Amino acid sequence: MTTLQALLLIAVSAGATFATRALPFVFLSRHSAHPLILHMGRYLPAIVMVVLIIVSLSAMQLPDMSESAHHISAWQSWLVSAEGAGMLVAALCVAGLHLWRRNALLSIAVGTGLYMAWLQLGGV
Amino acid sequence: MSSPSTTGTSHASRDDTTCAGSPPRQPVSSRHLWQQALNKTLPVMFGYIPLGAAFGVLFTQLPLSPWLGLLMSLVILAGAGQFLAVALLGAGAGITEVFVATLLLNSRHLFYGLSLLERFRAAGLGKLYLIFGLTDETYSLLASLPRSGERDDPVARRDDQRLMLRITFLNQSWWVLGTLLGLAAGQLSFDSSGIEFALTALFVVLGIEQWFALRERWPFMLGLLVTLAGLWLLPEDQLLLGSIAAACALLLGQYHYQRGKQQPHVTPAPRDDHPPHGKSGARRTEHNQASEHTTP
Repeated sequence: MTTLQALLLIAVSAGATFATRALPFVFLSRHSAHPLILHMGRYLPAIVMVVLIIVSLSAMQLPDMSESAHHISAWQSWLVSAEGAGMLVAALCVAGLHLWRRNALLSIAVGTGLYMAWLQLGGV
Repeated sequence: MSSPSTTGTSHASRDDTTCAGSPPRQPVSSRHLWQQALNKTLPVMFGYIPLGAAFGVLFTQLPLSPWLGLLMSLVILAGAGQFLAVALLGAGAGITEVFVATLLLNSRHLFYGLSLLERFRAAGLGKLYLIFGLTDETYSLLASLPRSGERDDPVARRDDQRLMLRITFLNQSWWVLGTLLGLAAGQLSFDSSGIEFALTALFVVLGIEQWFALRERWPFMLGLLVTLAGLWLLPEDQLLLGSIAAACALLLGQYHYQRGKQQPHVTPAPRDDHPPHGKSGARRTEHNQASEHTTP
C-alpha cells in the first residue's frame, strides 16, 4: 500500500466518522425545539450511559481485536472469570463511592486502582 | 465539583439585559473553564492515553510512516473506528469497504447528536469541532454537564459552549498524546493493564450523575433491559449500536404512546401515567429517598 492510498483511506474513514456525528445536526437542527427531540435529549443520555456501562464491562478486551471475539462471545463465562468478577466488584465500588461522596475523580481513581491491583497482583 | 458560574454570578437576575442599572452577568474566566474542563477530562485521560498508545503500537505494525498514525488520531478521532481502520489498511481494503465499515461501526453516533441538537445550536464555527469530537466519552461528559436552567441567557449559553469546546479539545489531546507514545515506543514497556477501566468507571459515575439529574427510574431500567437483551441476542460487534438503536426506538414509541394517551384528556394526565416534565416537583418529592437508592 502506498502512502497516497493510505491517505485516501484515512480521508474516507475520517469522512465517514464525521458523517455519522454530523447527520442529526444537518437534518434535524431546525427541529431542535420539537417536543420529541427534547424528550430524546432528556432521556437518551441516561439510557446511553447504562448501555455504555454494560458494554464496556463486557468488552474490556476491545483493543485486541483478534482475541475479543472469543472473549465476548463467551460472555456467559464472563461473570465466573476472575477478570469479570474483579471488574464487577470495582464497578460496584465506583458506584458506592460515588453515591456516598459524589466526587467523580475519587470514585474513578479508587475503582481503577482497585481493578488494576486485582489484575496485576494475581487476580487473573 | 463546584461550578464557578453558579457561585460567581448568583446575584444576576433574569432581566439583567433589560435593566441597564445592574451590572450584566460576567462570563466565566477562561482559566476557570480550562480548570473545570481538565478536571472533567482527567478520567478520560487515564483511558485515552493507554488506548491511544495501544492504537499507536498497532499502527507501527503496518509498513507505513508513523506520521499517518498521528494523522488518523488528528482527523478521525474514533477509538474502535481507528482500530478497524488499521485492520482494513493492513488488509488492503478498498474505499467502499472502509466507508461502509466505518459508517456501520460509528452509526451509534447518530443518536448522540439527537440529544445535543439544542446544546450545540449557537456554537458557530466551534460547532463543527464539537461535532467532529463527539466520541462516546466526550458525548458522555457533555451530556452530563449541569443542565443550565437559563437557556435564554446568552452569557450562560456562551460559557456552556466554551466549556464544551475545551472538554472536546482536551479529550482529543489525550488521545493524540497516547497515539504519539504508542508510535514512539513501538511497544508498551510498563504494565498498565487494567487502566482502561477508568473509562468504565467514568460511565458509572456519569450514569449516577444522570440519575441525580433525572430522578426517574425508567430510563435506567430501559437501558438495562435493552442491553441485557442485546447481550443475549446480538453478536458482540453489534451490541453497542443495536442496544442504542433499540433504546432509541423504544423511546420514540413511548413518546407517541404518551401523546396518544394525553390527547383525549383536556387536563394533563395524572402524574404516574407519564414521566413528569416539571423537574422541580419530582426532585422535591423524591429528594428524601435519594440516599436509599442504589445503583441505577
